[in-house]
Formats: sequence, structure tokens, C-alpha cells
Amino acid sequence: MCTNFSWGISNKNIVDAMTRLFFGIIALAMSAAAQAALPIQHWQSASGAKVYFVENHDLPILDVSINFAAGSSFDTPEKAGVAGLTQGMLSLGAGGLTDDQISNRFADIGAQPGGEFDLDRAGLKLRTLSSERERVAALELLATLLQKPDFPAAVLEREKARAIAGLREAATQPESISGKAFSKALFGSHPYALDEMMEPETVEKITRDDLIAFHRSHYTRGNAVVAIIGDVTRAQAEAIAEQLASGLPEGAAAAAIPPVPLPSAPVETRISHPAAQSHILLGYPGVKRGDPDYFPLYVGNYILGGGGFVSLLTEEVREKRGLAYSVYSYFMPMREAGPFQIGLQTKREQTDAALKVVRETLDKFIQSGPTPKELKAAKDNIIGGFPLRIDSNGKILDYLAVIGFYGLPLTYLDDFNKEVAKVTTAQIKDAFARRVKPQNMVTVIVGGNGK
Amino acid sequence: MLIRWWLILLAFLPAAAFAGNMQEMKLPNGFKVVVQEDHRSPVVVSQVWYRAGSVDEFNGTTGVAHVLEHMMFKGTKKVPAGQFSRIVAAAGGKENAFTSRDYTVYFQQLEKSHLELSMKLESDRMVNLNMTDKEFAKEIQVVMEERRWRTDDKPQALVGEQLMAATLQAHPYARPVIGWMNDLVNMNAQDARDWYKRWYAPNNATLVVVGDVKPQEVFRLAKKYFGPLKARKLPERKPQVEPEQKGERRVTVKAPAKLPYIAMAYHAPSLSKADDWEPYALEILAGVLDGNPASRLNRELVRRERIAVNVGAGYDAVNRGPALFEFDGTPSEGHSVEDLELAIRSQIEQLKEDGITEDELQRVKAQVIAADVYQRDSMFYQAMQIGMLESTGFSWRDLDEFPKRLQAVTAEQVKAVANKYLVDDQLTVAVLDPQPIDENKPQAPEVPHVH
Repeated sequence: MCTNFSWGISNKNIVDAMTRLFFGIIALAMSAAAQAALPIQHWQSASGAKVYFVENHDLPILDVSINFAAGSSFDTPEKAGVAGLTQGMLSLGAGGLTDDQISNRFADIGAQPGGEFDLDRAGLKLRTLSSERERVAALELLATLLQKPDFPAAVLEREKARAIAGLREAATQPESISGKAFSKALFGSHPYALDEMMEPETVEKITRDDLIAFHRSHYTRGNAVVAIIGDVTRAQAEAIAEQLASGLPEGAAAAAIPPVPLPSAPVETRISHPAAQSHILLGYPGVKRGDPDYFPLYVGNYILGGGGFVSLLTEEVREKRGLAYSVYSYFMPMREAGPFQIGLQTKREQTDAALKVVRETLDKFIQSGPTPKELKAAKDNIIGGFPLRIDSNGKILDYLAVIGFYGLPLTYLDDFNKEVAKVTTAQIKDAFARRVKPQNMVTVIVGGNGK
Repeated sequence: MLIRWWLILLAFLPAAAFAGNMQEMKLPNGFKVVVQEDHRSPVVVSQVWYRAGSVDEFNGTTGVAHVLEHMMFKGTKKVPAGQFSRIVAAAGGKENAFTSRDYTVYFQQLEKSHLELSMKLESDRMVNLNMTDKEFAKEIQVVMEERRWRTDDKPQALVGEQLMAATLQAHPYARPVIGWMNDLVNMNAQDARDWYKRWYAPNNATLVVVGDVKPQEVFRLAKKYFGPLKARKLPERKPQVEPEQKGERRVTVKAPAKLPYIAMAYHAPSLSKADDWEPYALEILAGVLDGNPASRLNRELVRRERIAVNVGAGYDAVNRGPALFEFDGTPSEGHSVEDLELAIRSQIEQLKEDGITEDELQRVKAQVIAADVYQRDSMFYQAMQIGMLESTGFSWRDLDEFPKRLQAVTAEQVKAVANKYLVDDQLTVAVLDPQPIDENKPQAPEVPHVH
């Protein structure tokens, strides 16, 4: 019932709130953006973890995250789901404490534990009061979860059953069906497809030993990136990083994953579903973190479909024709090329009409590039909106983790606006022409057949 | 999970320590301005709250509050259709709007020097909206797409909609905020114009500004832009009190899905004045049931008995209309919704008989204290809390009161409200009866085929 969680406030009033546009995906696409002169301190802990720290005493709170190259791309097709279950089980039994004891210990001091999991990364997050009693207890417990997970067999059976139930439900829902088909068509046998290769059969095969082995080989000191922001001193931050990293398994950073192959022919997948709306996804392999084309593609995508109400896709599909509530595009930069995706949902009867408008808008953009006026508007928003991207500790923590994990320069945030300002219309046109091939794109349509 | 409980408490708990930084002003035309200083970042959040939501609608035009919200971006004489978003974007801003049962809210997030722009635009569209039939005809299609996306194709959302419709019969909370589809199909521009004339006036709105601003400067700008607008006589609002429910009610929803789902609602009081005690005891009760993963429902039904894959409880005290105390959950494989309902009801009986432990009470209170601090990391959230209270008959001055009242709740009071409100005759149950996909559309192949 609380599926509409767009506003982060779960009061019934807001749960029921109808917003003008759902921004979840757009926020994701913006996550590369950032800041001017954020004083990031960086060092390597004695045990080998990379540490990124911003000291800030405005509020009596502390935010910490620790990430590892242990996301779904480190799974195997036979047992897809090991990476996710390992991450999920960290807080369900550790150091002899049961899942209930762990939950209650965090709750007793008002600490809020959290997790991270995507194609590349997996890890844990924590927000706690910075006062000594709470801080010390919360960090001690966090260290225990990371270093001494028990992976209790009975809990694993329960969590497997819950995961399988979730997969069976997802297999009936158009949004999940389209996401899965998109991932398969785009990534094929590349490890980035493993996330959507989890099936009841693969989960069924997973054993406690698999989790123990995955933890030992991936949650290692050399593979750890610690991000810290808040009300602690540099000396305290050093001690925290060491406390979290020192008891981790020994091991180096994870090996590279292969590049994502580019499709040589178009793939169109149509899956029938009785839903009122068709879910449509189009895509192509996008960019890596640190890719030289990143900024032209990022700014160009703002104009095409990343800029919310002012994007070309929203203008053509929604504002001019009323064909969809939400239409968007994004590049998700990862270790290797993450997806470039365009998405929308439309009444099943007008599936083909909407798809045609999307394709024409994309083709025109790739052929002609943006106008100088569109580029100026994009830069005004991205550059002018910079302070909003770093206006809370929670947001800054996520940037620290990304900079650390992907080895971006410490000045990445400071340089962001400069890089955006340098982008020209010619660069955008050139980058899109080279990097997005409409004739070879993946298209997934779940729902009606346009008849 | 029905509602993430700690976030609900957040809605209750703005910043005692920050109340010193808050000031209000009322213009002679009835327009109210509340300012909270937060100088951590050079940004500002500006929200205009209209005290008009779906609760104020009539049968036949349900959804019009939300439709008007969409139309508010469709132009005035000075700012033609589509320009509002472009102007805000050019200033580096983010903007959006949302509609709930109780209010409609428009907001911008900007670098602080652009606050005046926000006031200029909002004061213009408060009285000068120029709604054309042509723009309406397109936008109503967008809203219908939104309804399909949010509700029609989401089985659990349909259950939620039916639960409200069955729980309430006289009170307008029975109707969905997005409106019934047939009302949307038959809505015209005049319906939206009537709504605008009825409710959009300075004396029915509150401006909330949070950020790196000086209150006197905010007040000066508010006077300049909103001062000249004329107050309007507002229609009388009838109480529409729901007649007492005299016996259990049940409703079933059939939709394509794999897993069944159950949602249950008991009538409960809303907070009517800040010093009621029952709503606070109900908030604590919700926390004991569903405040963290080791709270009663998850601990007993998911972790111990394994009857459910998910289960939750929730209660919202701050509303213009009546409140509900709700439960929901999904049974695990091998268990039916009947099993899960029995298990939830047995947890309720146990509560009524034995009450809660002191540990449980203190744990919830510790979370309340911490949440009160954490919420200061988000300016947007702080603005939401102020606006919500000001729009539901309370004042930002009550903010200090809420954490104190929650801290004062006793275990006996929690037991007392459980016995008083969680009673069989006050219960409505809605159940999802999952339908196989191929039964709805027999010709649909379930496996993807590639063209």
C-alpha cells in the first residue's frame, strides 16, 4: 500500500499524494552531479581500506557507509542471488547475535542501519547520533555485522523462501517483467545481466557455504571503501575506519569485469500482458565512470530526457500529445558501461503511436544535436542547481562513496561545473552519434500489441 | 510494509531545538507565511500549501483537486503554458507539486538568491491561471495515464483503494485522491476552473520557506508579491462525520498477481488538539508493532512463525478527517490470507490482554528522540512538517509539543487504546485474490518472443 513513496514521508496523507511527475529514476540519473569546494579528506587505513571523510559539526549526527566490489555482477548464472543474499544476511545474525537482537540493539540507540546493493557495489550504511554512547555502540555493532556474519542456516532458508516469493510475484507484474527482459536483451551473457537472472531455481541452490565463501572473497580489506561524514574529528574518523576495516577478511581489490559488448543488430521483445498500460523500455550500452564522453552525454541527456518537465521527450510525448505520465531517459555510469535507457508507460491501445514519437524524438536528437538555446538552458539548470546536490549530509555521503568506489579524483565535485560549462553542441552531437545507435537498440514492450 | 513507522513519527516531530529559528507573519488578506532559518547550505525550499484536497471534492468530479494541480503549470497571461518549469529550471531550480486528501502543495528548491522568482511565479498563478480547453484536453489524458500507472495496474494499490471505499461511506476520504476513472473521463475544463475559483485564494494558503534566508527579507518579498491579492470568501466546509460502523466489513479484489495480500483497517481518532493523549498512544502502538525489523509483527509473523513474507502496521494522527489504524501483509507459501489474518488478530488479542513491555516502550521512545535530530538534515522535510500542520488545523508552534507528548505515553495508555479501538465491529478487511495472467487474456503467450 505504500508503494508510492516518492516523497520520503510516509504519512498516509503523503502516501496517497498524487505528484505531478515521479522523479525516482531521474534522481538516479543525476547522481553523478556534485559540488564546489567540498573539503574531502582521503587516506588509506592501516589495514588497506580507502577512506573518504568530510568533517561537519552542524548537526550531532554521523553517517558512515562501507562498500565493496560485491554487487550482482560477481554472481554466477547457476547461483544468481548469492551476492544479494550475502549482503542481505549481514544484518540477520553476526557475532552470535540473532537478527532480533541486532535490530533491537540499533533501535535502542535510535541508530538507522541501511544497505547498498547494485550491479557493482554492495555494502552497509549507518546513521547514528554522534554522542559517545550511541556512536560507540552503533559502530561496534556495524563492525560485527561486516566482520563476523554468522549466516545462520535457518535464517537463510527463511530469506530464500521470501526471495522466491518476491520473484514469483515480480514475474506477474509488468514493470518487473519489462526490467528483466530489458536486462537480458541488453547485457546478454555479460555479468551485468546477472542481477535479473535470479530465479526461484537459482536461489533454491544457494547454500550457507556459498555465502561464507562470497563474504570471504569479496568483503575484504583491500576491496573496502569507507565514507564518513558528520560530527567527528579526523582522529575519530581514522579510528572508525580502522575499526570497520581491520577485522575484515584479508584480500585485494576485486578483479576487473569484461567490457559490455555492443549489440550488432536490433532486438525487439514483445511480451503480452493484460495490464491497462504497456511498459516500454528502449536502450543501448551507455557509459563507464570516468568515460571521456561522459559530460557531453550527461548534458545531452538532460536535454533529451533527463531534465524532467523541460526535456524533449516529455515535451513531445506528454506535453504535446498526452501519451504518458512519465517518460524519461538516463545514462547510468558504472564500472563498465551501464545502461542508457528510455522508459515510458502508455495506454495499451496507443503503444505503437507512443513508441513512434519516442523513436522520432531520439532520431532527430541524434541527427541534429541540441540547439544552442537548449544547451544554454541545460547548463543554466545543471550549474545553477549545484548547491542543491550537496545540501545534506545524506547526499554528500553518497557522493563520497561513489568517488571512492570508482576512484574518481577528489576534485571531481569541484570540477563538475567546469566540465559541464565546457560542453559544446558539437560535442553532444558527436558523442551521441558515436555512442547511441538507434538502429541497434534494444526495445522491450510488455502489455498491449498496439491493436 | 504498510507504512514505515519511524517516518510517521517524523511527521510528528519537528525540531524543538529549531523552533527558535521559526517566525510567522499573516498578511491582511489572510495569507500566512512561516519561515524557518537553516543556514547549513546556500539553498532555500519554498512551498505554497493550499488547504484544498480531495476531501473537499464532490461525487462526479472526484480527482479534480489533483487535475487542477496539473493545470497550474498550463499558463497565465504573463507566463504561458510550459514556461513555469522552464523559468525555474533556468534558475537551477527543482520544482514539482503534489495533491493529497487534505491539501495541494507547490514547491521549488533553489539557490537562495532566487527566492524572489519563486514568489513572483506562485503569486501570479494563485489568481491569474488561464486554463484553455485545448490544454485541458491533453492534460486529462496524462492524468488518466497516471491513474493506470499508480492504481489500475497495481494490485495492492487497488486493494488499498477498495479498503478505503469500504471502510468509509459518508466521509470523502472514501474516495481516491487520483479520482475514479469515469469521473476523469467525464471531467471538463470548467470543472477545474470552478475548483480554482473556489479554493485558490491567499486566505486559503500558507507559504512555508526553509533555508539560508532572513525572515524579515522573506516577509518583505511575501508582502510585495502576495500582499496585493484579494481575499475571497471560502465555501463552508461540512464535517461529514462518518456514522459509526456496526459490524465487520469485507471486500475482495481480483487482479493479475501471484501472491495474495490482505489489508485491514480499524477506525481510530485523529489528533483534534495538541493535548489529546490517545493519538500519541496509538502512534507508540504502531511503533511497537512495526517500528523496526524486530518489532512484534515482523518478529512473530515473518521471522518466527513464517506465516508472512511481509507484514506491517500504521497509523497517522494528523489529518483533517478521521484516522485509521491499519495492518497489511502477504502470506508466505503454504499459508493463506485467512491464516495471516488469524495470526494478525491473535497478535492484536495478545496486545489487548497483556499490553506492551517497558523495553518495547523505551525502544520506541529512543527512536523518537533520534528521528527528531535526523530530520534536520533535510530542509525539504522540515518544510513538509510545518506545512502539514498548518494545513490540518494545527500550528508550527505545536511542533515542540509532539515529542514531549510521545515521551509521556505510558504502557497502560497503549494497552488502553488497543482495547478501545482495535475491536471487531470497527474492522474492515480487503483481500487480493490473485488471478493467473493467462486467464485474463488467454491468447497472451507468457514467454517473450523476438521479432
